[in-house]
Amino acid sequence: MVNIAFFVFAAILLASAVRVITAKNPVHSVLFLILAFFSAAALFVLIGAEFVAMILVIVYVGAVAVLFLFVVMMLDINFQELRQGFLRYLPVGLVVGAILIVELGFLAATQLVGPIEAAGSASAIPPASELTNTQAIGHILYTDYVYAFQASGLILLVAMIGAIVLTLRSRKGVRRQQIGQQLDRKRDEVVALRKVPTRGGV
Amino acid sequence: MALLDRTARGLFLVELVKGMALTFSYMFRPRATINYPYERGPISPRFRGEHALRRYPNGEERCIACKLCEAICPALAITIEAEPREDGSRRTTRYDIDMTKCIYCGLCQEACPVDAIVEGPNLEFATETREELFYNKDKLLANGDRWEAQIAANLAADAPYR
Amino acid sequence: MFETLAQLWDQLPLIIRIVASILVIAVPLLIGMAMLTYFERKVMAAMQLRQGPAMVGPFGLLQPFADGLKLLGKETVIPAGANRVVFVAAPMLTFLLALVAWAVIPFGAGLVLADINVGVLYLFAISSLGVYGIIMAGWASNSKYAFLGGLRAAAQMVSYEVSIGLVIITVLLCVGSLNLSKIVEAQKTVWFFIPLFPMFIIFFISALAETNRAPFDLPEGESELSGGFNVEYSSMTFALFFLGEYINMILMSAMTSVLFLGGWLPPLDIAPLNWIPGPLWFIFKICFCLFCFIWVRATLPRYRYDQLMRLGWKVFLPFSLIWVVLTAGVLVYFDLLPN
Repeated sequence: MVNIAFFVFAAILLASAVRVITAKNPVHSVLFLILAFFSAAALFVLIGAEFVAMILVIVYVGAVAVLFLFVVMMLDINFQELRQGFLRYLPVGLVVGAILIVELGFLAATQLVGPIEAAGSASAIPPASELTNTQAIGHILYTDYVYAFQASGLILLVAMIGAIVLTLRSRKGVRRQQIGQQLDRKRDEVVALRKVPTRGGV
Repeated sequence: MALLDRTARGLFLVELVKGMALTFSYMFRPRATINYPYERGPISPRFRGEHALRRYPNGEERCIACKLCEAICPALAITIEAEPREDGSRRTTRYDIDMTKCIYCGLCQEACPVDAIVEGPNLEFATETREELFYNKDKLLANGDRWEAQIAANLAADAPYR
Repeated sequence: MFETLAQLWDQLPLIIRIVASILVIAVPLLIGMAMLTYFERKVMAAMQLRQGPAMVGPFGLLQPFADGLKLLGKETVIPAGANRVVFVAAPMLTFLLALVAWAVIPFGAGLVLADINVGVLYLFAISSLGVYGIIMAGWASNSKYAFLGGLRAAAQMVSYEVSIGLVIITVLLCVGSLNLSKIVEAQKTVWFFIPLFPMFIIFFISALAETNRAPFDLPEGESELSGGFNVEYSSMTFALFFLGEYINMILMSAMTSVLFLGGWLPPLDIAPLNWIPGPLWFIFKICFCLFCFIWVRATLPRYRYDQLMRLGWKVFLPFSLIWVVLTAGVLVYFDLLPN
């Protein structure tokens, strides 16, 4: 049962990954990328790593891919221009791909951890009585790898502040809504009732 | 102090709660609308609804084919043809109102010297086809017979003000 | 009697048992959604001194079914310039995601379809996927209004997910588990909306934004976008959006009751109150939250877009961050951390 599910999800993952780079429409590419993320999350669930699966869906599918989609939809892309450099970049792409394949092969040759054995070793959803993998990850993250964890947090913080610094500009002469001032206004200070004589004006 | 006051108001969502309380209190007030086909609001005696041709109590039709209504109708909705009847009295042979043209201004009933053409209290005469809204004399007289009691009462109620 | 029934149940094939339990959740849910549209129209009518639907069936109770049949009988119009596959897939996705999330909601002690360890994360993941249905609809319609609605939805839902996430973290700090049943059981002594009242308010308001309900219904924005992301939709495709949106409302109410209102627990564990079975309490709490949804819609006007973003990023995010730190600090200082 788990094996069948693994092959189904793996097939979907590979097929959608291929479609990401072959689809003509960039929006379709992003949608296929989302499908790929989703299948990857399903594979994580199959090996019993439910926490990672959910985080993958929340972070990548729920937030990152939304922003991808957002940007791709807003862009006015000229497809002819995009295709022009294809032959020029082809050698570089081939080299990178080849390196990746060699690395993967190396990994498979040394460890021989086939996904099927891994899938068989853990049940799809561990029973609630055991130590949940959320707690397991937490224990490792905050003991053995606490410095790496903190460092990555700091890097993200720097990146965030950097992005804000790069995009923040204060223009002069822009009138903005001052909500505090608006709320501070009292009726007595800004409204005056006057008796105006006919044809007399204020 | 003003800052403190404002902050406290903002933090405890005072304005929001006030607004919500107001809408909640409205739930228990009597409805402003009525359940229309089963309940109806009052209608003024001057209400200008569907047209009707009236008769005298002895059954004689009131209209004398003077064509004043046809002349005054601003929408040109009324068409009248007249001929003397066998007994010599002047009567209409044709009295048509195109209800799709009529603007319900009430000038026809103002112009009528014998209170023959009136706009009755009926407002539910919607039809499924356009043709049904081209009223002829038979239809108008039937309307008159059907609504006579109410029309007479309305005319009597409005008479002191005319 | 019950034992023989339970034995019979155990003898049934797994597939049939799963399908049956899905139907037991989904069918009442769809009926509940239909009644929710009726309830909304009646409550709004009452608050606006109107009658509301009163013609179809007794007190107009059959009105939602009449509306559904009417939508079924209409023609599905697909605009000429639309991307057909995505256009049709979007409402299906919305509806599917709204239903799928119910798998982990506990209706009573042990009454849950899938009692998984990461229940809260699952709910959060599913609700964060909800934005795709709207973006896809907005893009595939090939219409300016729909597209604007889709973009607004994307920005809005991503922004408010952040504060929802922080609120959930606060609750998790107090529970020590991601399992929804355990979250409910942790509220035996006191429901979380009392110690975490500000978080409860933030969660409710973010839930309004997450489900695109008034006053945050900018993706639809009838008065400015003439219906927003679903302008081009008709017939069943529109009905699926409608269903998805309302089921999401019920889902968010269920989430509020699980996280803050003690799920299936009675307010006090005393005689007349704990005679009422847990699922009934749960449904009652969901109805209360739904009433609040409608109440807010009848009261408040729509936010301006920059106000919406300001509220999400400049008010809710810092406030909930501070509250997470505060809660964690209090729990550590007074040694109240669970296990």
